[in-house]
Amino acid sequence: MKHSTFFWFFLPTGLAMLLFIAFPIVSVLIQSVYAPHEAVLIEVENQGPFGITKSTVVDQEATEALRAAEPLGRFVGLDIYFDRGHLALAEVGQAWSSSASMGEFFSALGNLPFYRALAFTLTYTFTATPMLIILGFVIALAVNTLPRALKGLTIFFSLLPMIVTPLVGSLILFWMVDSRGVIGSFIQYVVGNPDLSLKASTPMMWISLIVYGIWSSAPFAFVVFYAGLQTLPQDTLESAQIDGATRWQQIRYVTIPHIMPLVTFVALIQLMDNFRVFEPIVGFNAEAHATSLSWIIFNDLGGETRLLSSASTTSVLTIIGVAILLSPVLVRTWRDFNAKTH
Amino acid sequence: MLQNSGPEKAPFNWEKLMKHFKTALLSATAVVAFGTMAMADCGIENGRVSIIGNEFPAIQTVAAGAQECASGSVEVKANLTSEHQTLNVAGMTGNPAEYTTAIIANSSIVALINEDVIRPLNDLVEAHGDGLQPNQLIRVGDDIMAVAFMANAQHLVYRKDILEQVGADVPTSYEEMLEIAKKIRDEGILENPISGAYKAGWNLAQEFNNMFLGFGGQHFKPGSAEPNVNSEAGVKALEMMKALSEYMNPDFLTHDSNSAGTEWRAGNVAMMHLWGSRAAVLNDQDGVPEDVKNGTDIAAPMTVGGGSTPATTLWWDGWTVAKNISDEDAAATFLAMKNGIDPKIATNEETRTQAVWLLDGYQPTDAAKGVFAAVDMGTTPYPMLPYMGLMHTALGAELTDFMLGKESAEQALTDVEAAYTAAAKENGFLQ
Repeated sequence: MKHSTFFWFFLPTGLAMLLFIAFPIVSVLIQSVYAPHEAVLIEVENQGPFGITKSTVVDQEATEALRAAEPLGRFVGLDIYFDRGHLALAEVGQAWSSSASMGEFFSALGNLPFYRALAFTLTYTFTATPMLIILGFVIALAVNTLPRALKGLTIFFSLLPMIVTPLVGSLILFWMVDSRGVIGSFIQYVVGNPDLSLKASTPMMWISLIVYGIWSSAPFAFVVFYAGLQTLPQDTLESAQIDGATRWQQIRYVTIPHIMPLVTFVALIQLMDNFRVFEPIVGFNAEAHATSLSWIIFNDLGGETRLLSSASTTSVLTIIGVAILLSPVLVRTWRDFNAKTH
Repeated sequence: MLQNSGPEKAPFNWEKLMKHFKTALLSATAVVAFGTMAMADCGIENGRVSIIGNEFPAIQTVAAGAQECASGSVEVKANLTSEHQTLNVAGMTGNPAEYTTAIIANSSIVALINEDVIRPLNDLVEAHGDGLQPNQLIRVGDDIMAVAFMANAQHLVYRKDILEQVGADVPTSYEEMLEIAKKIRDEGILENPISGAYKAGWNLAQEFNNMFLGFGGQHFKPGSAEPNVNSEAGVKALEMMKALSEYMNPDFLTHDSNSAGTEWRAGNVAMMHLWGSRAAVLNDQDGVPEDVKNGTDIAAPMTVGGGSTPATTLWWDGWTVAKNISDEDAAATFLAMKNGIDPKIATNEETRTQAVWLLDGYQPTDAAKGVFAAVDMGTTPYPMLPYMGLMHTALGAELTDFMLGKESAEQALTDVEAAYTAAAKENGFLQ
């Protein structure tokens, strides 16, 4: 393709990417290094239906002048990145020097909102992603062996978890794991403990969230792998069969290598998706047990006084986190690409 | 029918979602109904009125009253949603502002004052304020910033049949509540006799505020934004909450007012601390067992630790007028909203039970006695401070570890102060 042709071909996409991806990121970046002006506070008397109270308000005239002088707010550099709500450098340093053992250090770390969220986010990402890939692959293999007449219906039902809106899906599961719900009662019966409550125990809540994550995303892996299975080289498979390969050996040495690029693709998308886990935490009312980076952003924006700079900072940290997570996969893709073209 | 108290928040709640649909249908019907009614003469010639507010029956009544003022030259529209708080500041910041009035509570007015998007109403009250009660006017310093129309508070809801069964009087303190709960459990009547809105986040923080104020605590050091919750009162408040939670369903950290109400209707609970606006309509649903329906009664909020001020807070709901609109639109908004809170809604058979109206001629209904008792007992109003919202968020996020038994009360309160301090520094309230 000529360079000029490529340029005109790419221009609309490039513009859209600039407008909808690059600019918002730049805006978030700027917002994360600026904070609202220092409030000029004055004491006043408030009077209302319940009597008079002494109170403090923001002196609007004085604040107005500050705002007019610096409309972006006050420049704080990386202060918010390093404060307790985010990377908490001072607190981490203190925990390091005052902790006698690694266990103590990690429990101090778990007390800081960012690291607590990171702990769940990473656990979720690194358990849900491989398991949903395996589950998706198994479903794809199973569906592929079904007689033609049954395939359509089975595929439709296997896709349902992905079609259901995440919030609704997690709410349904939330009701089912209730101590009076179907799954909750069943587990109580199996364990033999009628007082067991999934919602009251942190490990159980984590497991529920991870199970939800696998349930809702496995169909995506399934669809991709199922499509890949349709292009399986039949002659390679037949020669393997003639050589006496068992079904397991056929899968191990023919099927898996064939769909490996798809596994990389699914892993890439799902790592990114799972790192931004949010809906199940809201749907499961799980914030007492598990928080994620996205949930912190939601919480910062949901209060009566919104913390825009703090939310922006967490957003930037999330983007950095996604980039770090994806780097091995991206490096690998780049190597493969180079190996093929050179 | 939903009767949500103003300040509560329960994001992404299925029950609410369904009610949202119902409300949308209702408001559509209301618009049609008013369309055919004779238009009220509100004395407005020209202007634009646009309302943003929470959605519950009392506010729908007020908005419908304001919409009566619509005419060929006066446009009145309303956007009532439980997510109003995320819209009102943004919708009032532009010039001209999209919303000419926001219906808010004493907690949420703070964000509007902080951002300087609402105007003082002194001149409008002087020109058009006849008929408003003096105690309806919310003054911040010398400025009238809002006109209140209803009051709300959390108070006791109890099952008189169960209390009779164990031979107990209505508890007046949390200590008594614990004793009665123990009796009910020991006699095998109910396993978890206490409930409440203890959901992690906003609700849990609000229960702490109640208890903390009941123990005589002060959220901030006098005259400053320095936090002051890591105190004896704070520790005692948390210990009382922990003691109460021993008698609650183990899932209590996932229960907001909706789920607490569901537990109540299912007959699993004998005592709980609930919003007045919700208690009034607690059993207004199909399929509530007769013993629950007949046994439910409400009473004054309880005290704690031998204090005399009840462990609860007082709230008002009221309306404001946007700053960034023309004086004509401001006058139109004021008049339309005044028509919305016409004292007739406090006497009308259908609307008088919807709230504890702060309007002329209002006679308290039986459902209002809890809120009235709260006012009589000198309950502390929810603090109207620029940085209270940040404290509330910090409490909601950091108290769960203590409630789960993972850390001490002192550690939880240290965390709250640290989280608050970081947020207050970012927002310029602390240096």
